[in-house]
Amino acid sequence: MKLNVELPGMKLDNPIIPASGTFGFGYEFSEFYDINILGTLSFKGTTLEERFGNKTPRIAESTSGMLNAIGLQNPGVDAVISNELVKLKKVFNKKVIANIGGSYEEDYIEAVKRISKSDIVGAIELNISCPNVKEGGLLFGTNKESAAKLTRLIREVTDLPLYVKLSPNVTNIKEIALAVEEAGADAISMINTLVGMRIDLKTGKPVLANTYGGFSGPAIKPVALKMVHEVYSVVNIPIIGMGGIMNAYDVIEMMYAGASAVQVGTANLIDPYACKKIIEDLPRVMKELNINDLKEIVGRAHL
Amino acid sequence: MNNIYSVISNEKIAYKTYKMILYGDTSKIKAPGQFINIKIDNEKTFLRRPISICDYDSKTITIIYKVFGEGTKILSTKKMFDDLDILGPLGNGFAINKKAKKQMIIGGGVGIPPLYSVAKKLHEENIEFDVVLGYNSKVDVFFEGMFRALGANVYVTTMDGSCGYKGNVLNVIRSKNLYFDYYYACGPRKMLHALVKEDYTGQLSFEERMGCGFGACMGCSHPTTDDSYKRICKEGPVLESFEVVI
Repeated sequence: MKLNVELPGMKLDNPIIPASGTFGFGYEFSEFYDINILGTLSFKGTTLEERFGNKTPRIAESTSGMLNAIGLQNPGVDAVISNELVKLKKVFNKKVIANIGGSYEEDYIEAVKRISKSDIVGAIELNISCPNVKEGGLLFGTNKESAAKLTRLIREVTDLPLYVKLSPNVTNIKEIALAVEEAGADAISMINTLVGMRIDLKTGKPVLANTYGGFSGPAIKPVALKMVHEVYSVVNIPIIGMGGIMNAYDVIEMMYAGASAVQVGTANLIDPYACKKIIEDLPRVMKELNINDLKEIVGRAHL
Repeated sequence: MNNIYSVISNEKIAYKTYKMILYGDTSKIKAPGQFINIKIDNEKTFLRRPISICDYDSKTITIIYKVFGEGTKILSTKKMFDDLDILGPLGNGFAINKKAKKQMIIGGGVGIPPLYSVAKKLHEENIEFDVVLGYNSKVDVFFEGMFRALGANVYVTTMDGSCGYKGNVLNVIRSKNLYFDYYYACGPRKMLHALVKEDYTGQLSFEERMGCGFGACMGCSHPTTDDSYKRICKEGPVLESFEVVI
């Protein structure tokens, strides 16, 4: 039974990748299990400068999902390289995906330049879809010209494979996917969270201090599947699919839609062992569904 | 760390307030004030519910919680032999100060439970301490006797004056001129911030909405006075009074 898959610049033992923002810098999870079983991981969204993020409360929940409005809290790219990735390297012997966020083109460029020198980084995941920062982030991801321009600028400053993480909060995601492909992206990861809110019934005020946040979890899976399916039909680069993946069946479904690998996000927060359980359960589910090689099922829903 | 615990009992002890005893592994608990994160098997309550450990022994954990929303409502319906998926113990907990001569436990409402294990430790260490417990009203009062049984002076106060003194915990401390050189506190944010503004030194346990409870999502970060931050779930929930940013 073959679980291995390939992404530009990365050969993975299996398609399971913890999603950025739900897995810290990886080493935190090594107290739960040996994280070397993962395909790879995408670490916490990193920006040029240190960021505290938004005010709390920055977590809310909803039926079959949750909202977050963290606002890219991270210690800044230099501290990530000198502290976090050093700790990660001690417990993880594979290359990782560096998720990079920013507010302006210049800080994306500088952060990517610096992180690209780290030998544990195997690919850049350009986050142009964070809904929780005031400047930049999502603004780059909701317009095809600015998405393409940023992708092009980043393409020039790194030799690493470049994955661009797209937002679902757009009118036409195919257009944006095509624009970043044309601009030099090697893969697309999708989808980031859907923008949403909750209101406290007693106070009548928004639950999140930031008012709006990113909605994730199993509730968004059908939206993610549809968008991956759509984008798969127009681009020629691989897709890393995510959005509400909770178990091995969800992984197969996402790959059927067109994903070459899958990111698991919110599930890690509910159950720190989620990725381990999914990886261990995949062979059983493949057998049940008569799948011998995961690479062969990518995009099956299009046949 | 991720374990199934069985409910031994789940009884109402005050207005909307329940005491649940759980059977399972307690070997990892290292300090009073740590918490557990309970999965409440229902789609409406997608996230786990963090609840502080009130008391524990070699085989059981006692928690006290108030029914505020959907999650705690479902929790209140759990019966003997029901299983709960629990992550924990989590967080740092209180560190007992062995130097201060006269110590004070200051609790507000459902912030009181984790302080009970603090009181037990102080009692074990033969450290002299008093207890101030604040509630909204008489119907909310619980555990007053449990603290008294440890030999402490217990001052109960209610906002409406229906039991004990009238007013908040600081009102009692001031009006009774209570002396202490160290404190442990847990309660509503307003109460904790009011204490920090006073000239006392101590430790305070904070509550925050959490995504994961084990440091991964950064949902519960609080800024600290050294221009850094602490995650309430991981480096907290207990902060030193000098660290707290109001």
